[in-house]
Amino acid sequence: MSILIDKKTRLMVHGITGREGMFHASQMLEYGTKIVAGMTPGKGGEWVLDGKVPVFDTAKMAVEATGANCSVLFVPAKAAADSMLEAADAGVALIVCITEGVPVQDMMQVRSYLDQRGTRLVGPNCPGLLTPGECKVGIIPGHIASAGGVGVVSRSGTLTYEVLYALKARGLGVSTCVGIGGDPINGTSFVDALEMFEDDARTDSVVMIGEIGGSDEERAAEFISDRMSKPVVGFIAGRTAPPGKRMGHAGAIVEGGSGLAVDKIKALEGAGVKVAEHPDAIAELVAERGRKARRRVKR
Amino acid sequence: MKLHEYQSKQLFAQQAIPIPRGRVAMTAAEAKSIAEELRGRVVVKAQVLVGGRGKAGGIRLANSPEEALEIATQILAMQIKGLPVRKVLVDEAANIQAEIYLGVTNDRAARRPVMIASAEGGVEIEEVARTAPSKIARLHVDPLLGLREYQARDLAASIELPREHWRAFIDIARGLYEAYRECDATLAEINPLVITGAGTLLALDGKMVVDDNALFRRPKLAEMRDLDEEAAAESEARKYGLSYVKLDGDIGCMVNGAGLAMATMDVIKLAGGAPANFLDIGGGAGADKVAAALEIILSDKSVRAVLLNVFGGITRCDEVARGILMALQDVPLSVPMVTRLVGTNEEEGRRLLAAKDLPTATTLAEAARLAVAAARQGVAA
Repeated sequence: MSILIDKKTRLMVHGITGREGMFHASQMLEYGTKIVAGMTPGKGGEWVLDGKVPVFDTAKMAVEATGANCSVLFVPAKAAADSMLEAADAGVALIVCITEGVPVQDMMQVRSYLDQRGTRLVGPNCPGLLTPGECKVGIIPGHIASAGGVGVVSRSGTLTYEVLYALKARGLGVSTCVGIGGDPINGTSFVDALEMFEDDARTDSVVMIGEIGGSDEERAAEFISDRMSKPVVGFIAGRTAPPGKRMGHAGAIVEGGSGLAVDKIKALEGAGVKVAEHPDAIAELVAERGRKARRRVKR
Repeated sequence: MKLHEYQSKQLFAQQAIPIPRGRVAMTAAEAKSIAEELRGRVVVKAQVLVGGRGKAGGIRLANSPEEALEIATQILAMQIKGLPVRKVLVDEAANIQAEIYLGVTNDRAARRPVMIASAEGGVEIEEVARTAPSKIARLHVDPLLGLREYQARDLAASIELPREHWRAFIDIARGLYEAYRECDATLAEINPLVITGAGTLLALDGKMVVDDNALFRRPKLAEMRDLDEEAAAESEARKYGLSYVKLDGDIGCMVNGAGLAMATMDVIKLAGGAPANFLDIGGGAGADKVAAALEIILSDKSVRAVLLNVFGGITRCDEVARGILMALQDVPLSVPMVTRLVGTNEEEGRRLLAAKDLPTATTLAEAARLAVAAARQGVAA
């Protein structure tokens, strides 16, 4: 098992005829993801990626013809809200929005509508999902992670790749990696991902990588302390970030004294999470926890 | 993007929110002529994009045009929290009976807009939240429905506003919500909203922050950006699609990805150094972006060493290394640069950089240590 995506995922790619969409679609296909449809208005009827993937004009047509159950978006920011709503209306269960720069008021409306329909969204402004050896939806480099029992959830992109790479170097595999994205309003939260990992039979421990801004990590700490039985290792980026300044991600900002890294670290440690001081230490802590858990089993 | 008070109030006025008569002036002479037009007492208000203008002496009452001239001269010579005052707003003075707070912002946790009101206006709302939290009323708005009439009435009742002001308050609250929607604001605030001696409501001060990600569809607002109010390097970085924030330290950072860039700053601090900036060069890290980023970092005279930290995923480390070497042909290094390349083809990437005598590191901790040492030595490695 894994969470959100696996071998059965049937993927539709919005914006497949664009530069980014085409490049990453070919990477996903190479990884083994079942891409059943592409979607670009005005290009319906074409076949792309060496004639392997049919392109449709609308999401509804794509879903009807191919049974796509997951949709990934590589569309410009100004079209992102519309594409998310279109995918939801077409009936896909999971939408992954890679696009960065979606207006936050658009996200509030989209989130509200998707919640009413029960459609799950990951992102926006995220690297997507990776279930090593089975399926990749998004832009996470596939070869930097191997299959295993560590669940990874993160607000960041390259920082997550670093951690995947370090885990692999230590022989630690990953069940699923979830990039929830760096925007202030997104689809899947830390709590959502933690809950899925807690219920996933393959996942035996979790790495969560947070950063300054908002209070999603604090709510995750509450969830971990109340509900989680699996060990969690954490990292929070931005201890040195000045207040009132946006650090690259739209959501990475300390405002009115809230969203500070120290508060998040304190909350997580209070919930029994081992918080790494620097990113190099994350894989080390996961390995250490794994050794301890095995010792407990032996006894 | 923050808007000035005068800009925010003009946008509020477009939603039929009553604001004082007045205009913005660039010179003291202009301020005087505005005061002459307005007649009677005026308020001269510094227009800078920081809070605490009043406490700093940037908001003062003038009883005559001559006094307005004198006060404007003084305020236009001021610096408030390091920002020089370049404009003043001259408004007719109001007869204030009571001060209310009214604002709308995005509630990240609730994932919807929240309207906030308080009978304790005129001070920062964070201050009221600390000292008298029970005096603050909050109301979430369904982003698909907008602020409804009954909700605005609820808000008026919650802050115990006298009933004769409800009609005006409801119209202002709905106008403010409209301004927030139409400007793609992340904050729209009237503080204070005053009850005047004549029994009317008036938005005496206004503040707006606009979502940078929405400026593509708000061209008129994008033109309102005050380039005088931000560091030149930050404007320059935006041109190249780079995300840059100036900090106080001496180690320039160049990193791909915002999370990794923050983590890099943190590790520099752990190693006993101080980052000079946050800089995310984004994915790909091609030669052109590296060159632009390097120029921006080196334009900061306090930088004594540069730390370049790139994870090569889909863009391989050897490609990144070649990009760096090409960039270095255009931008000569004036300080030592420590590089750390990790990920796909990292050995090849490191080999290319080592051949050019650029110190390389494998772990982030080691890279930070080398950069801190290089900054202390202050000589090209």
